Amino acid sequence: MDQRKCECGHTNPVGTLLCESCGKPLNVEVYEQTAFPDMRYEGMARRSQTYTKKWIDRIWNYFSSVKIAIGIIIVILVASAVGTIFPQQQYIPVPVPTEADVARFYTDTYGVLGTVYYGLGFHNLYSSWWFVTLLVLLGTSLVICSLDRVIPLYKALSKPRLNQHKSFLKGQKLFAEGELAPDVDQAELLDSSALALKKKGYRIFRAERAIMAEKGRFSRWGPYVNHIGLILFLIGVLMRNIPGFYMDEFVWVREGQTVAIPDTPYYIKSENYHTEYWSEEEMPAKLELNGGVIPKSFQTDAILYVNKNAEVPGKKPDLIEVQKGPIIVNHPMMEGDLAIYQSGVQEMQLGALNFVLVDVKQGNKELGPIKIDLYNPAAEQEIAAGIKVRVLDYFPDFVMGKDGKPATQTNLPKNPMVALEIADESTNQNEKLVYLQGSVLTQKSDGRFGLVFKKPDLIDISGLNVRIDKAVPLIYFGAFIFMIGVVMGFFWQHRRVWVQTQEGTVLLAAHTNKNWFGLRREVDGLVEQLKLPVTVEEKTKA
Amino acid sequence: MQLIQLSDWLLDIAFLLYVISSIVFVVAMTGKNWAGRDPKQHEQRYGRIAYWLAVVGFLAQTGYVVARWVGGGHSPTSNMFEFMAFLDYCIILAYLIIYRIYKLNVIGAFVLPLGVIMLAYSYVFPKEVTPLIPSLQSYWLHIHVTTAALGEGILAVGFAAGLMYLIRTVPQHVSARSTKWLEFVLAVVLMLVGFILMESTFARMDHKTIFEMNKEQMNPVGTMEKVRVEYTMPAIVAPADSKIVQAGPMNPWFAAPSWMEGKDAARKLNTMLWSVITGVILYGGLRLIFRKRLGALIQPSVEGIEPDLLDEISYRAISIGYPVFTLGALIFAMIWAQEAWGRFWGWDPKEVWALIVWLFYSAYLHLRLSRGWIGAKSAWMSVIGFVIILITLVVVNLVIAGLHSYAGV
Amino acid sequence: MNKTNRTYVRVAVLGLLLVALVFALYSSFVKDPNAVKVGGDAPNFSLEQLNGPELALDDLKGKGVVLNFWGTWCEPCKKEMPALQEQYNKFKDKGLVVVGVNIGEAPVAVEPFVKQFGVDFPILLDRQSQITKLYRIGPIPTTFFIAPDGEVKEIFIGQLNEAMIADKMSKILPK
Repeated sequence: MDQRKCECGHTNPVGTLLCESCGKPLNVEVYEQTAFPDMRYEGMARRSQTYTKKWIDRIWNYFSSVKIAIGIIIVILVASAVGTIFPQQQYIPVPVPTEADVARFYTDTYGVLGTVYYGLGFHNLYSSWWFVTLLVLLGTSLVICSLDRVIPLYKALSKPRLNQHKSFLKGQKLFAEGELAPDVDQAELLDSSALALKKKGYRIFRAERAIMAEKGRFSRWGPYVNHIGLILFLIGVLMRNIPGFYMDEFVWVREGQTVAIPDTPYYIKSENYHTEYWSEEEMPAKLELNGGVIPKSFQTDAILYVNKNAEVPGKKPDLIEVQKGPIIVNHPMMEGDLAIYQSGVQEMQLGALNFVLVDVKQGNKELGPIKIDLYNPAAEQEIAAGIKVRVLDYFPDFVMGKDGKPATQTNLPKNPMVALEIADESTNQNEKLVYLQGSVLTQKSDGRFGLVFKKPDLIDISGLNVRIDKAVPLIYFGAFIFMIGVVMGFFWQHRRVWVQTQEGTVLLAAHTNKNWFGLRREVDGLVEQLKLPVTVEEKTKA
Repeated sequence: MQLIQLSDWLLDIAFLLYVISSIVFVVAMTGKNWAGRDPKQHEQRYGRIAYWLAVVGFLAQTGYVVARWVGGGHSPTSNMFEFMAFLDYCIILAYLIIYRIYKLNVIGAFVLPLGVIMLAYSYVFPKEVTPLIPSLQSYWLHIHVTTAALGEGILAVGFAAGLMYLIRTVPQHVSARSTKWLEFVLAVVLMLVGFILMESTFARMDHKTIFEMNKEQMNPVGTMEKVRVEYTMPAIVAPADSKIVQAGPMNPWFAAPSWMEGKDAARKLNTMLWSVITGVILYGGLRLIFRKRLGALIQPSVEGIEPDLLDEISYRAISIGYPVFTLGALIFAMIWAQEAWGRFWGWDPKEVWALIVWLFYSAYLHLRLSRGWIGAKSAWMSVIGFVIILITLVVVNLVIAGLHSYAGV
Repeated sequence: MNKTNRTYVRVAVLGLLLVALVFALYSSFVKDPNAVKVGGDAPNFSLEQLNGPELALDDLKGKGVVLNFWGTWCEPCKKEMPALQEQYNKFKDKGLVVVGVNIGEAPVAVEPFVKQFGVDFPILLDRQSQITKLYRIGPIPTTFFIAPDGEVKEIFIGQLNEAMIADKMSKILPK
């Protein structure tokens, strides 16, 4: 039996709490207000509660429960908090995070708890399969709860309850009843009530012996609108996993260098990097900085190129300039979906060594300058007529190896060692000189050539973050819709006032979904203005 | 420079007015049963005086905000002092808004002391105006932080009303779980008071303890030196792996665990321990003097207020505060993060805790709207919600170092 | 809406949500969809040789390719180099080539090293670490064993010895 007949003659679907036509409670005899069905969905049948025969309906019903939704919210809340007990892997100071290093970090830093934390996978909690599943379950709950309620609500709200059964009116939180004096014109009473309520901004529905005044109905849609916003937001988050929608790269670029941005056809060149500091005159107040400084801006002047020859990575690029300008913190360089952020710097790094070659035998006569570009030392350079300098060996980050031979620790010029051979072709003289840690070792104690140090070239290396996130517009849009929804739902209220006359009595009832205080004031005002012979009682459910 | 001087004065004036207003509120609430008075008239009269004191205080603080904004060149939301003072400003603003709606000025009897505590807390931090470091130079600093603070301020009023509801309705003739928890909440409030008492007492004395940690840091001149930590309060807990350079009034009892990473974590933990101790002493003292539960002590003064109205106010404040908080602490935060770092969300601890606050209030709203949690349950949730906000603002900075630590917020 | 329709709608909605779940989980497991995987194709690239013209990976189609990423600062790479050279000598006539990709070093640093170890297989210079990033190289040495049709047969991280190299090389020889 799918239907249920009310005494007024209307047939209602199973699960209906208040008759769709007259508003009389269907299942319960209402003696007290506490037994009166909740007005949330206007007593309409919620679809999920109607059929529970198939397994698909069971799943549906499970997710349509607000209790389950709250449960999911609480579990996500607790899980999120757990993820902040120790830092997530992305925030730990381990430069190359191999599993072993990461595990060691948690154990060494946080002891047994850290080991457990790592063992449970909490160091990557927010991308773990179960956390992702929780988020999807939340999305599922959002979709199903909304679908399940929005249709009955739409039906109920589009059919305003006008001529209601007395038990419906009695069931409302604000209710009043009073004998009318026999000489009162009932129609006129209703007219003047309607007028008074209209002045308060209500929309009036009128029947012969009843009026219903309503305002702020649209606020009832607020929850659904904000849930749609959240669903869009979550879809946006999910879309970031589609290949090509999201990219996150980091490049270091030296002043003067042009580097490829991985996974894109772009190249970026740093023309200049510059840190600016606040001067004392600019500061609003005297500060005790003890000689320290406060940075004002970090800026890379960059040129962005597109490579016309990008099909084969590594192939000699054919670059075309597409954009030129500064990249400053909070002001990324944008090119289509690509955004380039100033996000790190290594200042004053060794770029090139400068020497002057001198002839010791001729009273340190200067023969010519030598520049050793530490990122790309020239194999041979001619210093003066017939005098050539060759690089024999180059160790950018010198260390004495275990085998007793010189070696390098990294490929970065942190501690360069260069072995040079100076050849004078006119005299067929050959001499070796080695530069290491600010001094020069000579092969012979009475050699002809010497090196005089000049200031080395110091360069700044900018760290640039390159990102693409095509889902961001959808994510913002979802957030925007969410805001509209919550503002609709929370800053307005759906208020309804019923005035009915029945056999010499006047019945007054009112309902709102929030701010009873405001409604009460309005109803009291109405009673006073029309001198209705009633006292309003407010029943508490609390 | 003169503007900043002026802003300091204005803030002091505001502080003073809030203190006086709180006292007058207490008189309004407690004095109504004094001999020869009409309780209602008394409450209204003093309530109104207190309300207007709060309004004048608020105007003074508005002057502070404007003067400091103009004088400093950026909105006063860039360090912990400015943020806490601004949060306090928002709490008072939210109170005035709620007052406009409900005309119930006695809410102020709870909100203003809260405001005093918050403002006093802000005084603990360095007050100087610092120019903005590059990462803070964005108009989103003003938009994100002010909106988030406003949301938190409104939610704080929801907490105050919820707490009033509990004091009004939790039956005090028997000892039950609810009375114990209520006592616990009040004890926590007293710990905040204790914290301010301790902080302001020791700030005036010169009883510094200085520790040197076994950790190096670049100093402003560019050379490395050992990190030094200065305590104004006597040391209960020493920083991990440190030695005393200048001894204070007492020797520390133990060292902080090494995983407390936040800036000056051990000093903050020390402060927190002192707050807990003083709070417990204050609470015990009050219990001894009055020989009844604090809830029972305060209950008579809120007896005249209808519980339903308090419930409504608490809910209303939360339902107004929730959208504002969402906008400021999550949406604007995401937009700024996208502009500054290229990712709108990075699971930074501060971000996560903002999300936790949001999830909690979402659960509150669903429970209330859909499962009929009104009255006491709802009031307890409003209290827990505010505790989570405090955790986000205070504890996260104590234990965890994240992207937000540079702001000291 | 009648009952059957309702069931269809519910199946459709739940199905869609299930797809979302599967996709989300898949993405959380596969962090980097562009990573070079065993069984996948080795992405083509082209780099300058030390003392030679540009060489593209696709030029070597039809041969088994051992792609070794290395640097002079890396101790295991040094130890591995003679073994690679030794096996290269054995297999080079059977349609196999060893390609060493040096990570971000200057020719003057690479040249003496190569001479010292007597390496004569092609050494490519990845001056900007572009290919190193393309192949998602973490710790080095990392060696890719690529079949003649371009499929990656094995990725080995760490130092190889002669026996291992011989074994792995024999699996990628052209038929």
